[in-house]
Amino acid sequence: MYEQTETTHHGPAKGLMRWILTTNHKDIGTLYLVFSLIMFFIGGTMAFVIRAELFQPGLQLIRPEFFNQMTTMHGLIMVFGAVMPAFVGLANWQVPLMIGAPDMALPRLNNWSFWILPFAFLMLISTLFMDGGAPDFGWTFYAPLSTTYAPPSVTFFIFAIHMMGISSIMGAINIIVTIFNMRTPGMRLMLMPLFVWTWLITAFLLIAVMPVLAAVVTMMLMDIHFGTSFFNAAGGGDPVLFQHVFWFFAHPEVYIMVLPAFGVVSQIIPTFARKPLFGYHSMVYATSAIAILSFVVWAHHMFAVGLPLGGELFFMYSTMLIAVPTGVKVFNWISTMFKGSMTFETPMLFAIAFIVLFTIGGLSGLMLAIAPADFQYQDTYFVVAHFHYVLVPGSVFGIIAAVYFWLPKWCGRMYNEAMGQLHFWLSIIGVNLTFFPMHFVGLAGMPRRIPDYALQFADFNMVTSIGAFLFGTTQLLFVYNVIKTIRSGKTAPQKPWDGAEGLEWTVPSPAPYHTFTSPPAFTGKE
Amino acid sequence: MKQSTPTYYVPPQSHWPIIGAVGLFFTLGGGGLTLHSLQQGQVSLFSQIILFSGVLILAGMMFGWFATVIAETRKGLYSPKLDISFRFGMSWFIFSEVMFFFAFFGTLFYVRFFAVPWLGGEGDKGIAHMLWPDFTAVWPLLNAPNTDQFPPIKQIIDPWHVPLINTILLVSSSLTLTLAHKALKLGNRSMIKLWLGITLMLGLSFLVLQVTEYFEAYRHFDLTLQSGIYGATFFLLTGFHGAHVTIGSIILFVLLIRVFKGHFTKEKHFAFEAGSWYWHFVDIVWVLLFTLVYLL
Amino acid sequence: MRHFLRLFLIPLILFPSCIYAAWDLNMPIGVTDTSQEVYGLHMTIFYICVVIAVIVFGVMFWSIFHHRKSKGAQAAQFHNNVVVEIIWTIIPFIILIAMAIPATKTLIDMYDPTESDIDIQITGYQWKWRYKYIGEDIDFFSVLATPAEEIENKTPKNPNYLREVDNVVVVPINKKIRFLFTSNDVIHSWWVPDLAIKKDAIPGFINESWTRINKPGIYRGQCAELCGLHHAFMPIVVKAVTEPEYQTWLQQQKQVKVAEAASAQKEWSLDELVTVGAMVYQKNCAACHQADGQGLPPVFPPLNGSAVVQGDIAEHIKVVVEGRKGTTMPAWDKQLSAIDIAAVITYERNSWDNHTGDKVTPADIQAAIDNQ
Ligand code: HEA
Ligand code: HEA
Ligand code: CUA
Ligand SMILES: [Cu+2]
Repeated sequence: MYEQTETTHHGPAKGLMRWILTTNHKDIGTLYLVFSLIMFFIGGTMAFVIRAELFQPGLQLIRPEFFNQMTTMHGLIMVFGAVMPAFVGLANWQVPLMIGAPDMALPRLNNWSFWILPFAFLMLISTLFMDGGAPDFGWTFYAPLSTTYAPPSVTFFIFAIHMMGISSIMGAINIIVTIFNMRTPGMRLMLMPLFVWTWLITAFLLIAVMPVLAAVVTMMLMDIHFGTSFFNAAGGGDPVLFQHVFWFFAHPEVYIMVLPAFGVVSQIIPTFARKPLFGYHSMVYATSAIAILSFVVWAHHMFAVGLPLGGELFFMYSTMLIAVPTGVKVFNWISTMFKGSMTFETPMLFAIAFIVLFTIGGLSGLMLAIAPADFQYQDTYFVVAHFHYVLVPGSVFGIIAAVYFWLPKWCGRMYNEAMGQLHFWLSIIGVNLTFFPMHFVGLAGMPRRIPDYALQFADFNMVTSIGAFLFGTTQLLFVYNVIKTIRSGKTAPQKPWDGAEGLEWTVPSPAPYHTFTSPPAFTGKE
Repeated sequence: MKQSTPTYYVPPQSHWPIIGAVGLFFTLGGGGLTLHSLQQGQVSLFSQIILFSGVLILAGMMFGWFATVIAETRKGLYSPKLDISFRFGMSWFIFSEVMFFFAFFGTLFYVRFFAVPWLGGEGDKGIAHMLWPDFTAVWPLLNAPNTDQFPPIKQIIDPWHVPLINTILLVSSSLTLTLAHKALKLGNRSMIKLWLGITLMLGLSFLVLQVTEYFEAYRHFDLTLQSGIYGATFFLLTGFHGAHVTIGSIILFVLLIRVFKGHFTKEKHFAFEAGSWYWHFVDIVWVLLFTLVYLL
Repeated sequence: MRHFLRLFLIPLILFPSCIYAAWDLNMPIGVTDTSQEVYGLHMTIFYICVVIAVIVFGVMFWSIFHHRKSKGAQAAQFHNNVVVEIIWTIIPFIILIAMAIPATKTLIDMYDPTESDIDIQITGYQWKWRYKYIGEDIDFFSVLATPAEEIENKTPKNPNYLREVDNVVVVPINKKIRFLFTSNDVIHSWWVPDLAIKKDAIPGFINESWTRINKPGIYRGQCAELCGLHHAFMPIVVKAVTEPEYQTWLQQQKQVKVAEAASAQKEWSLDELVTVGAMVYQKNCAACHQADGQGLPPVFPPLNGSAVVQGDIAEHIKVVVEGRKGTTMPAWDKQLSAIDIAAVITYERNSWDNHTGDKVTPADIQAAIDNQ
């Protein structure tokens, strides 16, 4: 068995080939995170274009057709290119470290999952340069706007989605298998760190719904190129069928984007409160309940399409129910903080902001769930406000908090705390300035996905745009801080946070290229 | 730490994944370009070359990747734990396929019980009939609401002929595959070859019959992809199933070759099991299809 | 209901004006019983959410303040309590039930379009609305009236910028009006906040909704579902009037029809056709083919210098009258009168760099329509 000793103890290869051919979970994690960061900035730039056009009423900078492309691509890139890969990157780095595994269960597959992504986005972004422009039918691509009335580039959009789907499914299989099979002896499921738990459930959701997305784009492809009539009443199909299948995917998808952030917060809060997580078991059950419920609420995005009354009521009730397990999680986090001994380093600040601002987004979600009131909210900026609250100070803050929290372990250096705090405060101001006024314009009647609007919405749109520029530019500070840390930060100790617990803190900082080649001892307490 | 179990094999760098990524990109990119040019009414050789080379690269990647894995197994690098990883991996992959078909069956369900009746004036949203006064909702739907755009179907496939034979073929192929597996566990190599060979033959006959059925549907029944939602769902479900039978047959073929080469032992034959799980899955989908698409 | 509303007005008066509708910060209360119920529901849920948020964040900030290390707080080690877990599962559940009851009532009420006095079929087109009063022989299109100069920032914007149309929908107050929504192309959504109606218009299917307006007035809204290029530019204006005024309006509409029929007989000069055609073009064609006739290739072909426009007249008429299958070019005979089509074709053939000098008459168009 000489290969084993040879392969498991070698360090990283040199040069570019290290990244292209790697099978190492840490390398692949880094690749995912860097890719996601680039996508965040591409998606963010598109948001800038949107906000610049909406700065004032009237058409100033771009034409409506380009505006629609920007909205669509912004949504798609943020969802599929930025948030999802960022969490997969975190899982790659952290899951093996947290469960004491030598690597992911299927390392070569892991590499494939990653390297499909850059090609998928190459294809998606190249549509911007095609005749007729990029997809312009919204990230929800409702038929028939996305079939009969779509620009020719839609074919490439469909295939790009197929590639992202393959990548996500393979990635999720890898994570789920790693968690089930690679835990160090003694780590029973109910002793796993919560980040691992939330990722286990997320991976399950991914495997369950990404194929449905693949199915729905396949049906679109057939309607466009092979003359079928799935989404065309003239042939006996139904445009609303598209929405049912799409949202069957896309509602679980929104929890895919937030559950890992729940996990991150559940690691960070106990660390800085120096107190064990309150209600570990109920946290696990609540997360599972959210995941299960997420399969039966999809039509709350379709209250205005004219569902039969019974359907409308069913989906209203089931959607409202999700508030219960989510509430349990919020209450548990707060009870963890209660009577702790708290300090407020940057990760903790972002985690606290997550709890507050995510809850605000969740509460507006609850308002949206009230079907008769949703007739007034649906497709307005109130919805845009809702989902940016759960996605930006929700998922994105979760990602940022995780990076600050684990960066010392990854690169063996400490980030600059003062700069981190500054980044936090500017982000908090920026994010609220951007997204809070959207509630007002939405309620006052401004629809989403419009390049130009009536005069009564002008003031708040200007505030929003200013906030967006502030928030976006602030993120450069974060990137600067991270790069500076990697280059020249102070050396970090093995366990930089005194309240931290878990296997990842038992390896040196930076974590060696190969960790836990033999399973570590685990003495978890119940 | 003293180790009591063999270490988990972490492979060294590998070039197969990146080849796979490029292959996928070429396949789908070439496919996109091809469809795109067809839409414009041209035939583009360039796009077809890209598509074709993509498929070749992917096939080469599969071949090379699996060859590496096989070589590693045969060298004994894989611990029992890694075997479990493969098993879990394959099961979850099949689960994802289940969800893929679930979406298509869901479509069929929606169309039959909601969309078509509504268009025909029944149910909660039956007022839609105002727009299609000449339309009657029946299933199988021979005449779509707009028959100019979606020409009518003359006749549908009789479930008690070819589809029934196909059902018998596939169900018995599942049985023969189980027999082959039994033989493998007993170490009876000639019986493995026999049963596996029969399974493959049954699978291939299924495909041949399916192709003749399609031919008949297009040639004589006017049952096509373009003939409204009945044709669309029919070909969607049976077509994707057929594609899976094709993949399954290729897997069986590879397994057969490996048996001839003397691979697999009584205890360790994960590839064989994975292949048979896949085959059984395809078989179950067919049984559902036969009931829901042809019979009901 | 009234009582209910008063209950909400009290906090509104006490609160700083920042939650009050006058600032255009909040949902309009609207002018129908339904819209008022919806508004009440919205405010109830909103206040419940505020209370929840205040309690939750209150506890959190209290502990952030008191249980910080810098104040010497020692961490307790408790981490489990089944009783509180059960309590905070059950209390939210009860709150949700309390929310669901009024919501269900309102919804059931909104879903009953029976016994209507007037039925209006509303069809979405890219990018305009068509209103057909069932049983009244009234059928017209309603298109954005804001001039392009205002959108392009060349002239100052009027107060109803983007919320004005050429033909408003006129309806009587205190009558139950049933709307039937459908679409000719993609999905649109008909939304007037003051009526609390938002319903998707879906091609091939019909959605229903109803309203009974309490107060005369002009109520503005716009298309709410992304429907392509000019989704932002398909407003809705509803004018609610008293019953006698409504009857007068009906009469006027019928007279307009008669006048139109008469003008079809008249002999049109080239200049007259071009003038009318320019207006028709602005309203119906410019969205895709652009005011300068350059189009947005490849989806929307240019008309300036186009082979069809400069070529055979019959072919040109055919494309306009019958549309182009498989593209977004619709069959205009379903949307425009023969005069309008004649005018717009004449305009296209004599504008920009197209100098054919051809004149197309309404009779030519009528012939083409009949021969289809
Ligand atoms: C991370 C992503 C994320 C998350 C977590 C959520 C969470 C929720 N969302 Fe959201 N949603 C989106 C992303 C997300 N959403 C997106 C992207 C869209 C728009 C898609 C598009 O059209 O483009 C959308 C749209 C959307 C709609 C459709 C609106 C419309 O188009 O008309 C609805 C309607 O019901 C809804 C509801 C909810 C609800 C009830 C929750 C719940 O899970 C929230 C639960 C949380 C809380 C309630 C707060 C904490 C709880 C307590 C403190 C307990 C006590 C509370 C009570 C008893 C009330 N969402
Ligand atoms: C997670 C998803 C996400 C994120 C982060 C954002 C971020 C932002 N979004 Fe939005 N947005 C969507 C998802 C998201 N968005 C979706 C789904 C839609 C709907 C599209 C549709 O209608 O079809 C939408 C639509 C949308 C609209 C409506 C457009 C319309 O209806 O026409 C607007 C308008 O202002 C907007 C603005 C913004 C702004 C100013 C930001 C700013 O926050 C941008 C600034 C952010 C950054 C520059 C990135 C910062 C992140 C980091 C630095 C993390 C670092 C990470 C690692 C280290 C790995 N977005
Ligand atoms: Cu019509 Cu948007
Ligand atoms: Cu949802």
